[in-house]
Amino acid sequence: MMQFMLLFSRQGKLRLQKWYVAHPDKLKKKITRELITTILARKPKMCSFLEWRDLKIVYKRYASLYFCCAIEQCDNELLTLEIIHRYVELLDKYFGSVCELDIIFNFEKAYFILDELMLGGEVQETSKKNVLKAIAAQDLLQEDEAMEIALRDVGLL
Amino acid sequence: MPAVRGDGMRGLAVFISDIRNCKSKEAEIKRINKELANIRSKFKGDKTLDGYQKKKYVCKLLFIFLLGHDIDFGHMEAVNLLSSNKYSEKQIGYLFISVLVNTNSELIKLIIQSIKNDLGSRNPIHVNLALQCIANIGSREMAEAFGSEIPRLLVSGDTMDVVKQSAALCLLRLFRTSQDIIPGGEWTSRIIHLLNDQHMGVVTAATSLIDALVKKNPEEYKGCVSLAVSRLSRIVTASYTDLQDYTYYFVPAPWLSVKLLRLLQNYTPPAEDPGVRGRLNECLETILNKAQEPPKSKKVQHSNAKNAVLFEAISLIIHNDSEANLLVRACNQLGQFLSNRETNLRYLALESMCHLATSEFSHEAVKKHQEVVILSMKMEKDVSVRQQAVDLLYAMCDKSNAEEIVQEMLNYLETADYSIREEMVLKVAILAEKYATDYTWYVDVILNLIRIAGDYVSEEVWYRVIQIVINRDEVQGYAAKTVFEALQAPACHENMVKVGGYILGEFGNLIAGDQRSSPAVQFQLLHSKYHLCSPMTRALLLSTYIKFINLFPEIRTQVQEVFKQHSNLRSADAELQQRASEYLQLSIIASSDVLATVLEEMPAFPERESSILAVLKKKKPGRVPENEIKDSKSPTPLNNNHTNDVNNTSTNSADLLGLSTPPTSAPNSGNTGVLLDVLGDIYSGKSVNSSTSSNKNWFVDPKKFVCKNNGVLFENDLIQIGVKSEFRQNLGRLGLFYGNKTNAPLQNFFPTMQWSEENNAKLSIQIKPVEPILEAGAQIQQMINAECIDDYTDSPSISVSFVCNKVPHKINIKLPLTINKFFEPTEMNGESFFARWKNLGNTNQQRSQKIFKATAPMDLQAAKTKIIGFGMQLLEGIDPNPDNFVCAGIIHMRSQQVGCLLRLEPNRNAQMYRLTVRSSKESVSVELCDLLVDQF
Repeated sequence: MMQFMLLFSRQGKLRLQKWYVAHPDKLKKKITRELITTILARKPKMCSFLEWRDLKIVYKRYASLYFCCAIEQCDNELLTLEIIHRYVELLDKYFGSVCELDIIFNFEKAYFILDELMLGGEVQETSKKNVLKAIAAQDLLQEDEAMEIALRDVGLL
Repeated sequence: MPAVRGDGMRGLAVFISDIRNCKSKEAEIKRINKELANIRSKFKGDKTLDGYQKKKYVCKLLFIFLLGHDIDFGHMEAVNLLSSNKYSEKQIGYLFISVLVNTNSELIKLIIQSIKNDLGSRNPIHVNLALQCIANIGSREMAEAFGSEIPRLLVSGDTMDVVKQSAALCLLRLFRTSQDIIPGGEWTSRIIHLLNDQHMGVVTAATSLIDALVKKNPEEYKGCVSLAVSRLSRIVTASYTDLQDYTYYFVPAPWLSVKLLRLLQNYTPPAEDPGVRGRLNECLETILNKAQEPPKSKKVQHSNAKNAVLFEAISLIIHNDSEANLLVRACNQLGQFLSNRETNLRYLALESMCHLATSEFSHEAVKKHQEVVILSMKMEKDVSVRQQAVDLLYAMCDKSNAEEIVQEMLNYLETADYSIREEMVLKVAILAEKYATDYTWYVDVILNLIRIAGDYVSEEVWYRVIQIVINRDEVQGYAAKTVFEALQAPACHENMVKVGGYILGEFGNLIAGDQRSSPAVQFQLLHSKYHLCSPMTRALLLSTYIKFINLFPEIRTQVQEVFKQHSNLRSADAELQQRASEYLQLSIIASSDVLATVLEEMPAFPERESSILAVLKKKKPGRVPENEIKDSKSPTPLNNNHTNDVNNTSTNSADLLGLSTPPTSAPNSGNTGVLLDVLGDIYSGKSVNSSTSSNKNWFVDPKKFVCKNNGVLFENDLIQIGVKSEFRQNLGRLGLFYGNKTNAPLQNFFPTMQWSEENNAKLSIQIKPVEPILEAGAQIQQMINAECIDDYTDSPSISVSFVCNKVPHKINIKLPLTINKFFEPTEMNGESFFARWKNLGNTNQQRSQKIFKATAPMDLQAAKTKIIGFGMQLLEGIDPNPDNFVCAGIIHMRSQQVGCLLRLEPNRNAQMYRLTVRSSKESVSVELCDLLVDQF
């Protein structure tokens, strides 16, 4: 089971955090600081996996963003790399060649997409099509509501 | 500003831009504070905020939180949003709750009804929002509220696939919090049959759930094996177009495949059903075959997904450990990866091979790759990969290659990374001992270790070499000669001085015949290092010197001169001063006969498992270091909870030191377990007298009985005293068992209580008299009744006096009657625990706290056993940090009952504990704290 996922920039700024186990805020901050420092200190050609406490850390860098997941001993490292990749693909498809700014300005969307891909620390839906379909349905609901408000405002409804 | 879909919130985007434009940290904080004030006033004052505005402000709060600031308001607004009937508002409400709310929040109660409504909605998007929220929070309350609803959603015929997927994982999350949530009976087969579902997404989610259920109840879910094998077989034989969007970079359903392979690792190969077994082996062979095919794509995603499945298949092959053919093929495949250009693959291949090395079928095949692995250890650029190589060398080491592997590891140690040196030293020490056929080789290896990596050689390692030398006559002369040579190096490590000092003190006489290592030369050589050493080592050297006086009377005056020098103020350390003056007196007063007896060669140590191994196991709690070839598996289902097993085998912290309980320990040496203390105390004034009558006392630390009720209280050559006790409410009954170990009766046998009148008013003790004679070889029992009347400290002692062979003896022992024995464990939930905890913490008078260093490397399993033995109820799963222990209990006294709460917080990094006790009575808190403080 994945215990948490962190997205942070090359400057060490946390961009997104998703915790699948309950920790007090203080501990979360401590863990985050520790891992960001550790990972930023690693060289590009190094292995993407490392042992950390009793967990395994899997990380990968995409442009200016690092994606870092903590998984348990029995979980599969290589496939965790591909969860990260699938998530990046989803963001990319949704935002249209995603960049760090998209995630900063639309962090809530980044969360919604992640919630479709993963639930409770396990992979929920690996099909790109299905995830995007679910997100599109959410957007549609929102847009309908926005339209309704607009129509009401101008007195058409 | 990038374009936003759905319905963008302009105000939010502007705020984010503002923050990004801040030039300094201060400016950012200023901007945030301004915004927080604004939002606060909006939430407080204006009741007419519409949904959109609420949503916008809650989003801003979320953003501020994600920047790392604390947010302490806005929760109610989020709860409002969550129950809105507008989806866009609801979604933000849910997001805020999921991100910001911790498991134990009061808020959860407020949202349960809204979640219930959404769960019952006809719109699957709403249902999924509710499910995601439940899974994100996953508290016990959630489990109670939705425990019956979610299983129904999962198996119902009219639930949509997307909802089923979420329901399966949501249920899994709740199952992890409270295991009783899963209904049994007919549900079992309905859940298992989700493996046959049409929708791949449903099967993927359900497999995770089933894997967890199987771990709890393998027998009940056995039916999943054949279904999982069939499903797997369909996937591995599918072409990459068959599974459409579930094919990932030309690999059919890698996630589902890996989950199925993992699920199957909960069982041993289905021996009773050859069909299933055959099909499974076909699957595994197909996966191995595919690994040999040329890649269908050059993208790393393709190779990662393909190899993820391959590694998982190999894990299953190793787990099954029954098909020699598959094991050897797996090994060859991993061998190819060892020289792959992808670092990730080399890392995983080394790791996986470690497990293969422990199978009798593939051990030899792994050994073929020894050279490459040695190269990896030396050449890899990434230290974590080098570490894996070291682990693998350790695992593949056996009699045939031990000398070579140990030599290579020693060579590498000279340049190895600091981060892995200590562990390497332990591994080399273990291998050298385990595969030594010739103990001179072993001695050489350990001395080399000290020479090359002296700073990383822990006490356990040099204790061990001394134990082995003392126990093996054939190597003693060689050891003396070798340490003597090693000590001649101009810069030799202090650990070498310790080993050298000890060994020459015992066996220096064996090389004294040679003029080059005559007694005087030995003495001068050792003493030339004295001034460079720490007080600990100096103390050890002083003990060596006194032993020299016995071995070599001819250098007596020289040695006495040194004692004289150090017995006065020039020796700043009190311990050294005392040692020197006592040794000096001993050498002056005692006759040579007495000296010869007192300073006799150390007796052999009891044979035991290497204490170093225990240290290594503790260093790596997550991963089991293995250098043991397993037997093939028996065909029973098993829980693969390896970590726990390992912890259980190495619980006793005293075993670590190996030397802490040698046959000649001294009554007041406590638990220091250091060699030189063992020597020192025997020869210090007081003990010399008493040790003539009974020089073999197995001293038992009274603190040991704080956390247990039965065991041996005291033992020496004459007598063994055991105790059994039971407690109910404020009453206790102790049975003491006296066993006469000699061939003569013990006469005038009188145990008497040592417990003042004043104390007796608090803890009343009644002792039944016993016969004044304890016959040879006989055992008698004495009953003691105790009643706790008021709170007290310390515990009563009993003084046992008797005459054996006309020599009078007297033994004082503490009884295990500390106040914690009158505990009644109290079960309570997290909420009431922390409510009481807060209440009791209000005044300093009611709590007591100690922060202390762990006495041995931390072992939480052992700590747990002790905590439970202490008598309170261990409340598991309520502290947010799973490492912490929290307990509750009531102490029963005749006059009153005192409720107590305890929290023990281990800090692994600092190797420290913080212990807090809170109770309604300060004196009780303090005493409980004192009792427990040295236990861990």
